[in-house]
Amino acid sequence: MLGKLDWSAIPFAQPIPLFAAGLVMLALLGAAIWVTRRGLWSYLWREWITSVDHKRIGIMYSMLALLMLLRGFIDAIMMRSQQSIAVHGAKGYLPPEHYDQIFSAHGTIMIFFGAMPFIIGLMNFVVPLQLGVRDVAFPTLNSVSFWLTASGALLVNMSLVIGEFARTGWLPYAPLSETTYSPGVGVDYYLWAIQISGAGTLMTGINLVTTILKMRTPGMSYMRMPMFCWTALGSNMLIVAAFPILTATLAMLTLDRYLGFHFFTNEAGGNMMMFVNLIWAWGHPEVYILILPAFGVFSEVFSTFSGKPLFGYRSMVAATLFIVVVSFFVWLHHFFTMGAGADVNAFFGIATSVIAVGTGVKIYNWLFTMVGGRLRFPTPMLWSLAFMVTFVVGGMTGVLMAVPPADFLLHNSMFLVAHFHNVIVGGVIFGAFAGYSFWFPKAFGFQLDERWGKRAFWPSLIGFVLTFGALYVVGLEGMTRRLQRTEVDDWIPWLHVALAGVGFMMLGVAAQAIQLYISIRDRERLRDLTGDPWDGRSLEWSTSSPPPAFNFAVMPDVRGEEAYWGMKRRAIEAQSLGDEPAYESIDMPRNSPTGIVTAFFATLIGFALIWQIWWLAILGFLGTYATFVVFAWRDRDEISVPVEEVTRIDRARRAARARHLGQNDEEPA
Amino acid sequence: MSSAAGTSSDPHRLGHGRNEDDNQRDTTGHGQGGPASKRIVVGYGFWIYLLSDIVLFSAFFAAYAVLAHATAGGPSGPQIFTRTRVAVETVCLLLSSYCCGLASLGAERRSQLTTQLSLAATGLLGAAFLAIELSEFAELMARGATPTRSAFLSSFFALVGLHGLHVTIGLLWLGTMMAQTWVKGFRPAIMRRLLCFSLFWHALDIVWVGVFSIVYLLGSRA
Amino acid sequence: MAPEGPIASADLAILLNALAIMLVIVVPTILATLGVAWWYRAGNARAHYRPDFAYSGRVELIVWSIPIMVILFLGGVIWIGSHDLDPGRPIPSRQPPLEVQVVSLDWAWLFIYPEQQVASLNALALPVGVPVHLRLTSASVMNSFFVPRLGSQIYAMNGMETQLSLRADRAGQFYGQSAQFSGDGFSDMHFAVQALPGVGFAQWVKAAQASQSILDDRSFADLGGQHRPIEPSTMRAPQGTLFDAIVAQHIAPAPGPQLGPGGRAQSTPSSSGVQNHAG
Repeated sequence: MLGKLDWSAIPFAQPIPLFAAGLVMLALLGAAIWVTRRGLWSYLWREWITSVDHKRIGIMYSMLALLMLLRGFIDAIMMRSQQSIAVHGAKGYLPPEHYDQIFSAHGTIMIFFGAMPFIIGLMNFVVPLQLGVRDVAFPTLNSVSFWLTASGALLVNMSLVIGEFARTGWLPYAPLSETTYSPGVGVDYYLWAIQISGAGTLMTGINLVTTILKMRTPGMSYMRMPMFCWTALGSNMLIVAAFPILTATLAMLTLDRYLGFHFFTNEAGGNMMMFVNLIWAWGHPEVYILILPAFGVFSEVFSTFSGKPLFGYRSMVAATLFIVVVSFFVWLHHFFTMGAGADVNAFFGIATSVIAVGTGVKIYNWLFTMVGGRLRFPTPMLWSLAFMVTFVVGGMTGVLMAVPPADFLLHNSMFLVAHFHNVIVGGVIFGAFAGYSFWFPKAFGFQLDERWGKRAFWPSLIGFVLTFGALYVVGLEGMTRRLQRTEVDDWIPWLHVALAGVGFMMLGVAAQAIQLYISIRDRERLRDLTGDPWDGRSLEWSTSSPPPAFNFAVMPDVRGEEAYWGMKRRAIEAQSLGDEPAYESIDMPRNSPTGIVTAFFATLIGFALIWQIWWLAILGFLGTYATFVVFAWRDRDEISVPVEEVTRIDRARRAARARHLGQNDEEPA
Repeated sequence: MSSAAGTSSDPHRLGHGRNEDDNQRDTTGHGQGGPASKRIVVGYGFWIYLLSDIVLFSAFFAAYAVLAHATAGGPSGPQIFTRTRVAVETVCLLLSSYCCGLASLGAERRSQLTTQLSLAATGLLGAAFLAIELSEFAELMARGATPTRSAFLSSFFALVGLHGLHVTIGLLWLGTMMAQTWVKGFRPAIMRRLLCFSLFWHALDIVWVGVFSIVYLLGSRA
Repeated sequence: MAPEGPIASADLAILLNALAIMLVIVVPTILATLGVAWWYRAGNARAHYRPDFAYSGRVELIVWSIPIMVILFLGGVIWIGSHDLDPGRPIPSRQPPLEVQVVSLDWAWLFIYPEQQVASLNALALPVGVPVHLRLTSASVMNSFFVPRLGSQIYAMNGMETQLSLRADRAGQFYGQSAQFSGDGFSDMHFAVQALPGVGFAQWVKAAQASQSILDDRSFADLGGQHRPIEPSTMRAPQGTLFDAIVAQHIAPAPGPQLGPGGRAQSTPSSSGVQNHAG
């Protein structure tokens, strides 16, 4: 009846996961009680859960990401502390079967449910605003994407208390991940969580590529798009081209595990090298899927806070597209040590370092963006500067490992671990936080508290440098990754330094949480009245904060690069906002529960297949099909915002702008 | 107004700022005329999806190419492929695509009868294709050529099965499509969905041509 | 990192060269970033504000050519290095290389010396100054054979054979490990490499040849299960075909762990089966 599932799946004997799960349950219960007492359920359902507004979905993506970053960070604390304790023959507090789950979960969660949703959340929120349009191409699909991602995250976290998670690393290399060597449900949790969220990501990719290529406000030609839109385009094209490879690879592994196929097994002609090749044919583009939008954030931030246009815009576009193309020709550098031969290794080594040309160009262009600027240093700018300084180091160590003989020493070492954290934390996460603090006022109508923002930034940066600096050193000393305990004395001091770094990062995380609390508490003081708190240059700053559901009362008319900067200049010159436009009613997509219902059934299917509860899986599939039919059947998919409403909202915005224009003759409005 | 913006509207000297006052408006979505029409957006998005689907198939094709000779002592391609059956299968699928094209023409003329009949024929031919494929699978399994026998057979069943799965989903979609068209008539939304469906169905044809040539034609020779 | 052999020194030399090449531009870039950010701060009245400075052909040229030139240079290093230090390339030497066959197990390393007809578990003895030619495979999942102080690592994979040449130039004991995660016992997959002077190595071989235990198909089958940790030991290995049989998959791969309650894999840490044969 319940397949492999029984009470023994819950680890009653293990205090750590049980305690953690209890805590999460309590928090959820508390939140539910609070929502009930405030009578907010219908508000949540109407305005958030069933919302197809790209801004709301972007915010929910980011909230999911923040939660999952926290979960992944707790895993990191456990790994660092275990490795610091388990020396000199001590066993530490995490036996291998737990430790292996923790580093697997850490990688999986951080990449798929931390970094990806954060980046996708930012793109979702910002791209339509920057393009001057009212939503993405397929709003309901967007909601489905988000809820499928959430469903995947839910499955991964369920594995904490029901069964186990994969003990194979964040990429389940075959044959270790085959049933022979991983008979547990851990790998199945991984497979279904990633397949479900991967489907969501693919839909996002399709959605945003279509949005950027086909839905821009009049006058917004390609060469007038803000840099963030370009990088988002690159990133989403990579999603469309790379994620199906992941889906295919994991589907093959699933067939191996469930139906006894022999794609990657040791027996019957299976080929494990094919798994490694396929997974990295997705895996390396994935790195650029994450980093390109972060590059876009930095471009916006450097330009805004330097008070200058982005330097070398054309070069930046070229470099972005260059990276998009070359990223598909470098995957083999993840396994130079497979013995593929000198020519193959040399080719992929050179291709890998060639990709650094694109990144190098970007670094110098950001540098020249600052040259001749009038620099301000609020939190987003600090994250961006920290990125620039640390990322060149991370890029350098990356190119270092693209040199095959050097990789023969450094492959799979802590040096590698330090390298990819250096680029992913220093690039993607710093970028995400830069974007978070940059666009927060746009999303919520008030700014984040600057003091606490800086208090979050500095310990994070110090902790980051300490932790990964130490891991670089210990990697050079030959320490390999994923060791549950170690026997080499030379490594111990560095492992302690790394742990100390984690301590600093904990301070940063705490300050980040406090910042959010303080900012919400003091929101009246931090209110952004104009919609343009940073003196911005692209269209998202031309509307109010938070923007109305329809983003723009009248589609902006773009007359040049840096669309909003131009409008602002003209307004200041003329000391007036220009004539009031002729308002019309606006058709907006209607809310739909399709997303959450689909995700509900997807979770059901995933859970049922993990535990091999076949009837439940069939039920889930029927439910999904029924959802599809019901969605297809609906007659009204749009609501009309009446012209009076549009007029009222936009007049309020114009009044705020006009007041600001009158107050400030020197500063741009 | 243009002079006011003169210096800062085109700081990168791209030369796009020159014609900023002629309002060249079209609806291609290439930037001058604003968002494209819904029909274009939907069709375009679906094309992007199809591209991603082609990538998915490519991965399975690649796996098949790698494992084609990993028979592990089991049966090899020439021993299990029968060309005549595959020929019939192919004809079914091609004809079904033809009917799907007829359905598009019918929908263009807003003819419920032509559309429904053509869609029904599309579905029947697709089902026939699927039935032949399943009978082939059953026969192979009965002869011991199961996907668990060798890596070659695993990749064969997975690749052909993935195409079959697409056809199955296409048939489910087709059913709802016929019902929608019948009940709701040729509204713009229905027309867009019919467009997507026919794109999907034709794409499956193209993939099948690949399967046919790489798996069956090359495989039965080697 | 203290290299003890030619491969390790060469790997390290290339690593340091590449590092130096890149530091030449990385350090100035970092300094320039901080310097520019400081100089052009809003409060600095002496800094010249140029709000329209967004394009300069000359700057663009430099911006593209610096990375391109570095990468061209580095590309040469990569090409030459990949070929010179290809793991399969023999180390030029007047002495014939010592042949060692390496099999990774769950979770231990088996070293077979076909010419000496001996084998060892979790201990690799090498003569100083003599090139060693390793052939590697796995009886289970993927692992990576790595002795940091001797240089290059290489994967060991079931059904496949990889090759690696190393040489120890000084006597001593070095740390060796698996560098590819292979399951719950992965942390135990380290082994001691003993680089012995010629006489010492001959004695080691002799002692191994006199060993009570023997490596054949049957005792190898006992090694297949999941064991941890395994004490180093030596044994006789008169049967010379074991390695090739593993590569050809004539010997079934390791069985892996059992499925325990609650959908969890249970790797049973027992080393009893080994001790009997490897006493």
